Amino acid sequence: MLELAMGIMLGLLGLGAGCAMIAGIGPGIGEGNAVAKACEAIGRQPECKSDVTSTMIMGCAIAETTGLYGLIVAILLIFVAPGTFTGILKDAIK
Amino acid sequence: MTDERVPDIKSTRFRLTDWALIAMMILPILACIVLKVLFTPASEGVHIAGAMVYVTIPAPLMDAYISESQINSWAVMISILGLCLYLTHGLTAKAVCKRQLIAEWIVEKCEKLVKDNMGGFFAEWGPFIAAIMGLSAFSSLICLVGLFSPTGDVNVTFGWAILVFVLIMYFKFKGGLWNYFIGLFKPIPVFAPMNLIGEFATPVSMAFRHYGNILSGAVISALIGSALTGLSKSLLGWLPGVFSDMPLLRVGLPAVLSIYFDVFSGVMQAFIFAMLTMLNISGAVPWDDWNKKRQKRGKEALSAN
Repeated sequence: MLELAMGIMLGLLGLGAGCAMIAGIGPGIGEGNAVAKACEAIGRQPECKSDVTSTMIMGCAIAETTGLYGLIVAILLIFVAPGTFTGILKDAIK
Repeated sequence: MTDERVPDIKSTRFRLTDWALIAMMILPILACIVLKVLFTPASEGVHIAGAMVYVTIPAPLMDAYISESQINSWAVMISILGLCLYLTHGLTAKAVCKRQLIAEWIVEKCEKLVKDNMGGFFAEWGPFIAAIMGLSAFSSLICLVGLFSPTGDVNVTFGWAILVFVLIMYFKFKGGLWNYFIGLFKPIPVFAPMNLIGEFATPVSMAFRHYGNILSGAVISALIGSALTGLSKSLLGWLPGVFSDMPLLRVGLPAVLSIYFDVFSGVMQAFIFAMLTMLNISGAVPWDDWNKKRQKRGKEALSAN
């Protein structure tokens, strides 16, 4: 009974972590758009390349936030959750 | 015209104070390394976990604990204090030593940053922003010497975000509490809960952005290290004697990758945290309402510049 519960729990934790990383698609599309616009701007006015580049990098670091929320959830599910849930399961089944 | 307080740079006392300040910069970090080595249990392979708890203090509601992130944070603070004292040791009216030039450069850059982003009204906030940026950057960079960086603990970044949240709310309430609550219902009254949640979203997102970037950098560096260890065990297991246990493939590549994950990411996130602090605080002041209140009290009107 305990092995079945642990197996189901660990499997679902892994599945949840994988689903959480679907959030990685957002920053990829958004930052790709931002870099495209930055390249256009540099092409139009090559002398402001450093200003445009630093603004683009700062904007990308802020747009990265939602992808990071997914990464934090996935890291917590893989590394922290099994230890906590094992204790809860053992107390519940006993 | 001579400055009578020009210090004698070559004197022994000056040099001894110099060495004492350099010790103040380096010794806290060494003490933290020694503490971490003494308290870490021996384990196989790479261990990915949060901050280690050193001491647990029993208390009525919830146990208080002293963790690695607090002690490392204090060590970084003492180190930065030592750096500032060293850079300003022996200040003269006209710079004679290199460190005064570095100190002047830092102060000028910070004042320009604050003046450009916050406007003239907040011109004296340079030291605060420089403190946040310095603490954040050095806390993230401390993982290069093998310690656990305090910004990889969400409690630390959340504490800073709560501080910034209190400041933002203080300036938002300057135009009057009633005006602030009316403003929550502003475009459409249905928006009120969303506006309220949006107020709390600022510190939460600032804290999680900083924490997530630093933690993910540390986790990826640890995962790369353990992957290279496994690879070297399977590929180089045929070497004689003690060479088969040494993870020879692990030399070099994690350091190159940590230039992006640890150094660039840490400095970038420190800069972004400071930038968001500046923009949120300066954007929080309701100039029209505040000026109306001041004119009612008979004082002059203020402006953003």
